[in-house]
Amino acid sequence: MYAQMVKSEATNDDPELLEAFQARIDAGERIEPKDWMPQGYRKTLIRQIGQHAHSEIVGQLPEGNWITRAPTLERKAILLAKVQDEAGHGLYLYCAAETLGVSRDEMTEMLLDGRMKYSSIFNYPTLTWADIGAVGWLVDGAAIMNQVPLQRTSFGPYSRAMIRICKEESFHQRQGYDIMMKMAQGTEAQKRMAQDALNRFWYPSLMMFGPSDAESVHSAQSMKWKIKIDSNDGLRQKFVDQTVPQAKYLGLTIPDENLSWNEEKGGYDFSEPDWTEFFNVLKGNGPCNVERMDARNKAWDDGAWVREGLLAHAEKKKAAKVAAE
Amino acid sequence: MSREWPLWEIFIRGQHGMSHRHVGSLHAPDAETAIRNARDVYTRRNEGVSIWVVEASQITASSPSDKGPLYEPSESKVYRHPTFFDIPDEVGHM
Repeated sequence: MYAQMVKSEATNDDPELLEAFQARIDAGERIEPKDWMPQGYRKTLIRQIGQHAHSEIVGQLPEGNWITRAPTLERKAILLAKVQDEAGHGLYLYCAAETLGVSRDEMTEMLLDGRMKYSSIFNYPTLTWADIGAVGWLVDGAAIMNQVPLQRTSFGPYSRAMIRICKEESFHQRQGYDIMMKMAQGTEAQKRMAQDALNRFWYPSLMMFGPSDAESVHSAQSMKWKIKIDSNDGLRQKFVDQTVPQAKYLGLTIPDENLSWNEEKGGYDFSEPDWTEFFNVLKGNGPCNVERMDARNKAWDDGAWVREGLLAHAEKKKAAKVAAE
Repeated sequence: MSREWPLWEIFIRGQHGMSHRHVGSLHAPDAETAIRNARDVYTRRNEGVSIWVVEASQITASSPSDKGPLYEPSESKVYRHPTFFDIPDEVGHM
């Protein structure tokens, strides 16, 4: 899930308005920016959509790491297009969040000074080319699993952004799987790289769905408001059931000794990820947290004069146009 | 905090589209840059042939809560939906 551990806000609104609002939600109506909404609903959404947008932006870094080193020109062009898509996804999502009354620059500054988070997955390094395959296949696969139901989320602008994004996200998953297929069917060394990438990205991908339902104290309110549609555990199960056969097809092994088909529930039993690690990464202590934030801060600070210059130029042109009229 | 780039609303007419449709928004320092960015973000896969950009602050929107009073008058005027005329069969299709 790109928006992990979003705390839903308590709400302190007029009970009558609140009841009318809940009735609209229950009737499956979409909430639009100018509609009345509870303070808590607004705040929860700003956090969730903002965090989701930040994830798209920070997520460009681990993949961007391999652009100059992609093994063929075709792969390089595809990777460039993909990273460009991620920038677009960030843009759609920032705009959706802005309809709630927060600005993109405010959100960016909150990310940069650590008041807002991004998905834990992007704090893991991409050490080999096969990691780019694993990211597309597993990370984008997990993202799709989470985002498809979000197309029906109750806030209109968020749901419309998800519809656009899901379409492109499925290109990304396929390109990732295609890399994995090539490598798994390649030389021994290539196959080893593919297996190694799967080993390192399996549990971090499972973590993308967030902690188990029992511990996810904030899910209930978000589900009541239909900001969130499915439970963390439900989505994780679905992801495992879909991914295991894909790994088998590649001839690769899921790094989990406890993985076994459970006929009774019609799904796989599997090991939970290490949640201590998860909370540690969220707190900023993952392998790449510092590096990612340094890169974003540097881009923001070094780019300040360009942003200001473009604005000054735009104003000068506007003034000249007014004078000419 | 330094000043922000203004927000632009983007409208695109598709290949076979009859009219421009709102597709999203973006930040840009001026209209020309907004068009260029809209080209990259919203028409990368041949989504359209014409782009309009409008500064978001120039748009005034109706309020959803006005829905009743704003649209009610059309409901009471059935003569605007003339689907109830009986045309004799002999006249043929009309």
